[in-house]
Amino acid sequence: MTAHSPLAIEANGLVKSFGETLAVDGVDLAVPSNSVYGMLGPNGAGKTTVIRMLATLIRPDAGSARVLGHDIVKEADAVRSAVSLTGQLASVDEDLTGRENLILLGRLLGLKRAAAKERSAELLEAFGLSEAATRLVKNYSGGIRRRLDIAASIVVTPKLMFLDEPTTGLDPRSRNQVWGIIRALVEAGTTILLCTQYLEEADQLADGIAVIDHGKVIAEGTPGQLKASVGSGALHVRLLDPDQRPQAERVLQQGLGDVNLATDPAALWASCSDADRAAETLAELTRVGVRIADFSLDQPSLDEVFLALTGHPAEEVSAGQPNALEEEQTA
Amino acid sequence: MSINPTTQAAPSPAADEAAVRKAISSISRPPKASALSAALTFGWRGMLKVKHVPEQLLDVTITPVMFVLMFTYLFGGAIAGSTGEYLDYILPGILVMSVLFTTVYSGVALNTDLTKGVVDRFRSLPIWRPAPLVGSLLGDSVRYVLAGTVIIVLGVILGYRPGAGIGGAIAALALVVLFSFALSWVFTTLGLLLRSPNAVMNAGFMGIFPLTFLSNVFVDPRTLPPVLEAFVDVNPISILATASRGLMEGNAEAGDIAIVLTVAVALTAVFAPLTTRLYRKG
Ligand SMILES: Nc1ncnc2c1ncn2[C@@H]1O[C@H](COP(=O)(O)OP(=O)(O)OP(=O)(O)O)[C@@H](O)[C@H]1O
Ligand SMILES: [Mg+2]
Repeated sequence: MTAHSPLAIEANGLVKSFGETLAVDGVDLAVPSNSVYGMLGPNGAGKTTVIRMLATLIRPDAGSARVLGHDIVKEADAVRSAVSLTGQLASVDEDLTGRENLILLGRLLGLKRAAAKERSAELLEAFGLSEAATRLVKNYSGGIRRRLDIAASIVVTPKLMFLDEPTTGLDPRSRNQVWGIIRALVEAGTTILLCTQYLEEADQLADGIAVIDHGKVIAEGTPGQLKASVGSGALHVRLLDPDQRPQAERVLQQGLGDVNLATDPAALWASCSDADRAAETLAELTRVGVRIADFSLDQPSLDEVFLALTGHPAEEVSAGQPNALEEEQTA
Repeated sequence: MSINPTTQAAPSPAADEAAVRKAISSISRPPKASALSAALTFGWRGMLKVKHVPEQLLDVTITPVMFVLMFTYLFGGAIAGSTGEYLDYILPGILVMSVLFTTVYSGVALNTDLTKGVVDRFRSLPIWRPAPLVGSLLGDSVRYVLAGTVIIVLGVILGYRPGAGIGGAIAALALVVLFSFALSWVFTTLGLLLRSPNAVMNAGFMGIFPLTFLSNVFVDPRTLPPVLEAFVDVNPISILATASRGLMEGNAEAGDIAIVLTVAVALTAVFAPLTTRLYRKG
């Protein structure tokens, strides 16, 4: 990460309520330039509201924020000139074609007619949308629509992009394509604030993550730090000979602490997030003559991070989003 | 997906990451769009929607036709004695009424638009604040012109002959469209205040129906009870109808036109900034 670069987003104590609902309750953020920063949280956590404040769509009730050095209230126009927003609802015009959408935005951003047309052709090509260009957006599939949405956000290159749940509802292939585009944007030097409820997405894309729940940031760090703070990885071992399990149990006990016996009479596991300790323990098993059929060292998933931090699971996650980390653990 | 029969490689349906990287760095930020250009671009957006769904012009073409036929043949004989005479009296009135009714749809359309994510993008653009609103009302004005033209042409087919000729008819249409543009700001304000397109439609017509019927659009106010007559005489819609009749017949009074323009400016001055404020706040 670029520790010396100035902050792209600096928020202090942002608060926003809608009537009785306190949607955002004192959020601080520090997002370095040229990075992807993930805001991770379940439905209703307040992610979209934070983005809408930072993108100058709504004013905070309290607190302040600077985006690319500009105050979001006093210098809203300067902020708007440097950012682009891909909202949670598709922020393209359903009643127009893909090409018309891009030309529309080009013209609104100050491109001359010919330049706007040229730019739309370039983006349609780059985003694999040439075939869909002349169809109405309301007839697009979710994946194509999202790509158009992101293309629309870079008609004129923003310094900072807000991406609100860019892959919600997409199939794995479309999701991977969107991830590829996001990585390309980052390589080209765009800072991205990414909202997601998918733990895997934050893990895959973000350099830094703020976990947000009930309008508050409840944890912050790199994906690795967040996982380490929970430290609930585990070393799973399966033996060739179930009779050796008591012996193996003693070794694991000494090396790692609490040991759990699995229902499989040949298997056992212990909490461990330190790979070196795991390796030493495995070596010790071999040294005392316990024969190992296989073993695995699981990193904690962000699901567990979430559970540990909030005391409740991130809903939604089980609903359709494949999570590789999760699958390993059910072994 | 069907297989491309030509020997050329089918266009890749996926994004090309290298091309994305190139596209992102191949453009520098142009100077901001001017207020006018932004508004006209939104007007163009309105036109494109009509191009894609031409059926939406039905309400501005069929309804006026129905009004003309209904009022001329159904009520004409009863109210004025003969359909021919009544057509002379009623046609400018129907022009006013039909076009004014259309303005309610501007509010309905804005309310519908607000439920879509694209509005957030428009709000986040560095453009002249009222541009999306001014632009869509400019687009709507094209609909008003269309509705007005349908009525005048149909009137001529049925035997109506404006005393001031085609020039008079165009002048009357221009005045009506200008007033409607101003009035539609009231409905866009409603469109932002109310929760659903239906609510906007109901509230809009609840306001515009009595105002239109308590005007001299259909009946000569001298036939009304004094209280109503007094109201009808100061109702801006009456004055607009009188001015339109005058323009069509070539005997318009400057005073009437001045009042219509003043009311139009006043409506715009109050409701345009109000609409813009509400639109900004979301
Ligand atoms: N315009 C609004 N009016 C009233 N309440 C709102 C409004 N916008 C958001 N809220 C409420 O504020 C809270 C936070 O909403 P927000 O949309 O920011 O959450 P989120 O983290 O984006 O959730 P999701 O993952 O479902 O998109 C919710 O309780 C929501 O109902
Ligand atoms: Mg949201």
